[in-house]
Amino acid sequence: MTSLLKTSDLNPSRAVVDAVVPAGEPWLHRLGRGQVLRIVDLEGNQAVDTVFFNADDPDEHYSLTHTIQAQGALYLGVGSRLMSSDARPMLTVVADTCGRHDTLGGACSCESNTVRYGLDKRPMHSCRDSFMAAIMADGSPLQKRHVASNINFFMNVPVTPEGGLTFADGISAPGKYVELRAEMDVLVLISNCPQLNNPCNAYNPTPVRCLVWDDA
Amino acid sequence: MASSNVNVSALARAAVPEHSTPFANERVLWTDAMPGGAHWSGVLRRGNTLRLTDAEGRANVSALFYNHEDRSERYNMPDTLKAQHTAHLTTGCVCYSDMGRILCSISSDTCGWHDPLCGPLDAGAMEAKYGEARYQTHRNEMHRSGHDGLLIELAKWGLTRRDMAAPVNFFSKAVADEHGRLRFATGHRAAGQHVDLRFEMNVLVVLSAAPHPLDPIAIYAPGPVKLTAWRSGTAGADDVCRTRCDENARGFVNTERYFL
Repeated sequence: MTSLLKTSDLNPSRAVVDAVVPAGEPWLHRLGRGQVLRIVDLEGNQAVDTVFFNADDPDEHYSLTHTIQAQGALYLGVGSRLMSSDARPMLTVVADTCGRHDTLGGACSCESNTVRYGLDKRPMHSCRDSFMAAIMADGSPLQKRHVASNINFFMNVPVTPEGGLTFADGISAPGKYVELRAEMDVLVLISNCPQLNNPCNAYNPTPVRCLVWDDA
Repeated sequence: MASSNVNVSALARAAVPEHSTPFANERVLWTDAMPGGAHWSGVLRRGNTLRLTDAEGRANVSALFYNHEDRSERYNMPDTLKAQHTAHLTTGCVCYSDMGRILCSISSDTCGWHDPLCGPLDAGAMEAKYGEARYQTHRNEMHRSGHDGLLIELAKWGLTRRDMAAPVNFFSKAVADEHGRLRFATGHRAAGQHVDLRFEMNVLVVLSAAPHPLDPIAIYAPGPVKLTAWRSGTAGADDVCRTRCDENARGFVNTERYFL
């Protein structure tokens, strides 16, 4: 099942940021309150691992448990408010042509890949390595301990009534997008997922496009 | 070149007992009690088990786990669920850190379902639901939230709110429907149920016995919890947690290498 779909009228030619993030690379960007971020799944079935931080106090971060409690439900869609660890709204999902985004799947890492797929998988590239590379950049206020559980945009991780967890085929497709309005100044930390061991990217990680508009 | 596999690494592992050790009264190290709403923290060493007992059948225990030797390594809910293809925890499940190691394993459980998804109740939601009950008027019957209780205990060990993660809510069950909407399963708990957390590493354990955020009960009435630490040793070669899935077998290898 998918939630309500809603398209956006924002014109890409008026975006103040228009960046393509190749698969396997991070993107760290400061988003001002009122700005709108669109993430476009250019080729379909890509997982976009994303964490948000209060730009002025990164100890306050996106909190999956506050978000789940606020909406009483697990998946994200139009109208979902992404809540912080201090129980404040950070961003609101204002448009979505995909219908479901995951809150539970977290990010892949070299270390969890050894558990999930084989001890010899450690050298494979992972989201956590992209996160670590991004937060080590000059001027970044973030450390490993800040990097909280992330959202996986365009990813479908259904929980069954029996308490099972499955990685289902993506419900995204080329050109699907999600749009978020910042309710406070936030840092956006993205890893465009390089996972090759499960179907979260349809075994073919592909680029995404990030656009930002000023007060829409 | 030989590929990495469990057979090759068998020699290069910390000693693994043949079998796991079941509970016995003479193995008890200490006991303690948490009134409903209280918070607690302490270090549980590798090879010891912490038994949580729901004394009156209405407990919720929010729990966080950190590697005591490097507290940047912490319990990771997504990695725990993904590795074991589950959205609830019970006997045979383990709690993974973000470093691919097993902080603790659930060697015994008479409750059957523990909630890893919903997180703790925070102060604002608690007051909206149950009203205000501060120390000045209510003394130690004051309302305490799980979020604040966990933060208070984290602070005692030099940790801050940046170290907060999604905890396990022991004894609570929340079921998701096809749209992902969550419903608290009332009647899931019973007096005397216990869960054994066997520590496979030296772990800072942080607990709060405040109410579950989705518990529909109209009054603030979290139940008391009994803590029983006992000397169990680590998971045996034939342990139910180790043999549950190939993922856990590899998780134990990662953990045992750390203690060589």
